[in-house]
Amino acid sequence: MSLAARLRGRTHAAYIAFLIHRLSGIGLAVFLPLHFLALGQAIQGPQALDGFLDWSRQPLVKAAEAGLVLLLAAHLTGGLRVLAIEAGSTRAMTRAVISLGLAASLAIALMFLLGVWS
Amino acid sequence: MGPRAEVLLWLAQRASAAVLAACVAIHLATMIYAVQGGLSAAEILGRTRGNVSWLAFYAVFVLAAAIHAPIGMRSVIREIVGWRSRSLDLALCAFAVAIAWLGWRAIAGLFR
Repeated sequence: MSLAARLRGRTHAAYIAFLIHRLSGIGLAVFLPLHFLALGQAIQGPQALDGFLDWSRQPLVKAAEAGLVLLLAAHLTGGLRVLAIEAGSTRAMTRAVISLGLAASLAIALMFLLGVWS
Repeated sequence: MGPRAEVLLWLAQRASAAVLAACVAIHLATMIYAVQGGLSAAEILGRTRGNVSWLAFYAVFVLAAAIHAPIGMRSVIREIVGWRSRSLDLALCAFAVAIAWLGWRAIAGLFR
């Protein structure tokens, strides 16, 4: 395959959808044990959990949380698309469905972000 | 790993994905709702302590994640890093056990 053809493939919406799904999956797999460790603070009582919640109110942590919500929403919508394709839906392969999934993910992250700062 | 085991992994990945699709949608909606007005330990524990439905939901959620994440990581590592030996499968089994244990431990802490 020529370099031009390979580059063209990597700007295709389906490749970008694949990349987002994969990167969000890696991010979530790394985050998951840390999330459980943080929630495990509850075992040491409400004070320990409140200490963690106080720490999480820093703007950078809030921004990171919104980023994680975006990853989760993007992995969810991307995963639903993969399941639909495997179930035989050709419509799920279209650019419109990929865009819809990304738009929904951004909307979910934004709703979370606005809630965090309310 | 033989073809039969690969098929079982694929099925486990897709079945756990279907469960996770529902769990993640509910989890996202709960998070967006719960963060309104800020979070406190009292508010979180008020929702979770002694709540059997909450416990059952998150126990299933953690189990599905503990199945789904290591199988997904297995594909990524095999393709990108080229690590394909049995040691990778063992490492990912350990990862699955760690996720399940940490997750259920956190749930138990919030439930009690």
